[in-house]
Amino acid sequence: MAVIKEKQGAAHTRIMGVGGYVPSRVVTNDEVITWIDSSDEWIRTRSGIAERRWGTPEETVLEMSVQSAGKALAAAGISGDQLGAIIVSTVSHFHQTPALACLVADRLGTNGAAYDISAGCAGFCYGVAQASDMVKAGSAEYVLVIGVERLSDLTDIHDRGTAFLFGDGAGAVVIGPSDTPGIGPVVWGAEGDKYDTITQTFPWNDKPEAEDGSDEVRGPFLRMEGQAVFRWASYQMAEVSLKALAEAGITASDLDAFIPHQANNRITDRLVKVLGLPEEVPVARTIAEYGNNSAATIPLAMERMLADGTAPSGGLALLIGFGAGLVYAAQVVALP
Amino acid sequence: MALTQEEILADLAEIVEEVAGVDKEEVQLDKSFTGDLDVDSLTMVEVVVAAEEKFGVKIPDDAVKDLSTVGDAVGYIQKNQA
Repeated sequence: MAVIKEKQGAAHTRIMGVGGYVPSRVVTNDEVITWIDSSDEWIRTRSGIAERRWGTPEETVLEMSVQSAGKALAAAGISGDQLGAIIVSTVSHFHQTPALACLVADRLGTNGAAYDISAGCAGFCYGVAQASDMVKAGSAEYVLVIGVERLSDLTDIHDRGTAFLFGDGAGAVVIGPSDTPGIGPVVWGAEGDKYDTITQTFPWNDKPEAEDGSDEVRGPFLRMEGQAVFRWASYQMAEVSLKALAEAGITASDLDAFIPHQANNRITDRLVKVLGLPEEVPVARTIAEYGNNSAATIPLAMERMLADGTAPSGGLALLIGFGAGLVYAAQVVALP
Repeated sequence: MALTQEEILADLAEIVEEVAGVDKEEVQLDKSFTGDLDVDSLTMVEVVVAAEEKFGVKIPDDAVKDLSTVGDAVGYIQKNQA
């Protein structure tokens, strides 16, 4: 009987380049408090957010993806047609099918594999894990991973618990072969028993009737059980972070940057404390200006920290994403 | 041996002082966490997790919503302590 021939990919992988795109419209806390009963001080102390970016109608998930991808490709020094696969993580591409990734692939000039994943705010780290494994398995030489969201389209501006939180944006990385280990083992999982803690108000195919029979029901929007999600993210994600360090064989003091998903500064504070992160290790805090744009927060923060010199190229960074599902993923990477 | 109401209150007051920066003398049974002590909903989670550890009780998310006063929390811990 014939034996199937197998393929071998690269022994090691790394992030070769990162690029980001933030939309042009700045939404300040002063604007947000015209929608909800709150204050600039309340929003800042609860979340760390001073402003967020919302896309114009032209700044679609496709446009933001292509913009961030172009920068990541340029930084990596490869062209679109060299991409063997494109993974897009998003919850705000409002077509159940086909995937946004196919449109991105077409714009970048590749016929490589292209698909979307739905892993909420953990999506970028999920994508990095998949891409790294694909390169190691020989399924693709170069893989583009994009996290892109227009959460403004899913934000109920009259919901006091979430109206101030969300933003739009895109971040992309190119992952390819490396001479030395550049992407550590992923620690990931799902806790489906907490499915209802972050959800949308109703499914796309089951829009409820308006109670008074007149106004159309708005939405669906994102809803969140703040306390439950905060507890899970602040405490259980600290354990996941520690596991990712252990799997990579390093300690917190070996890190050159900590880039957690930008969900809330208070979650970040708690993670920093439990990790015992030395004070000199820079921590991503882009939530102050970008808000929480889900799958895009980590690559956007990475790009920013490299650009402003906060984090060194080649340095080790701990990434952790966590969100709707609930799902999570963490890994140590060498910065491009 | 089970802790008395006074003992639980004293320990809880220390937790609230440490986590939320509220003077422990202020932490009395009739005080509401949000209204009187200015403990916001996220800080309340930190208080709850610290209390779970201190008293060896489980305080699930659903129960946290019902703990509006210090007395509610002390009562919950007293009832559920091992």
